[in-house]
Amino acid sequence: MMNRQVHVKVPRTAKRGEVIRVMTKLNHPMESGWRRRQNGAIVAKDLIGEFACQFDGAEVFKAEFDSGTAGNPFLSFFVRVNRSGRFHFIWSGQNGERYYKAADIEVS
Amino acid sequence: MLNRRQLLILCGAWAAAGFPLNGLVGSAKAGPRDAKKRLAELTGGAEQKKGRISITLPKVTDQGRFVPIRISVDSPMSEDDYVKAIHVVAERNPTPEIASFHLSPANGKAQVSTRIRLLKTQVVVVAAEMSDGSVYLGKGRSKITGGTGGCG
Repeated sequence: MMNRQVHVKVPRTAKRGEVIRVMTKLNHPMESGWRRRQNGAIVAKDLIGEFACQFDGAEVFKAEFDSGTAGNPFLSFFVRVNRSGRFHFIWSGQNGERYYKAADIEVS
Repeated sequence: MLNRRQLLILCGAWAAAGFPLNGLVGSAKAGPRDAKKRLAELTGGAEQKKGRISITLPKVTDQGRFVPIRISVDSPMSEDDYVKAIHVVAERNPTPEIASFHLSPANGKAQVSTRIRLLKTQVVVVAAEMSDGSVYLGKGRSKITGGTGGCG
């Protein structure tokens, strides 16, 4: 849980029923398993396999990443907000590591 | 350190092997057929229709490691008509899989942006699974110039 690697952008306030844009980025090399070292050895795969966004406990968006996703996986998606609440962003890596961040939004 | 003779021998061996530049970047090459197969697996073999998907990719880029892509699907995103999932595959990367996104009516708008790796000039295929089970297909193309492309 190294939070400095995680960047999340969520508007602080929104109107009821508004569709807001959420942007997230995780600093991670996302080793694809395609690359070789100079001696020919393949660089082992090291991916963030899954990303999930929850709003007040309910999942609103999920992404599955594979080798074709660029390093430092960036995502931008939309969410309709009907009430104030807290977003939870969870990245799960192939090797069992997890990154986490939360963001609050106030809906008027 | 290499001396001059060793270096020459190495160069000779490299030339004799037919300048294997491509060997440096992934050995197994996927083709359009693999991409199609992978999409069929992901969508459960449903019939694929054209349209409803618009893909924004740079026409030309020299940074194959970070190609920005925006996918938007024409859908009202209401309780009974929404986009369930979006799958993205590349036709000529060493492995076709790029990413899958799972959406719900809570998204309000079926648009996702991310960054992908493209090793060379190729077509990116996107399939959108709708809530009623139908599958739509869209394609985007990006030209990758310069260097070893997206070897990272």
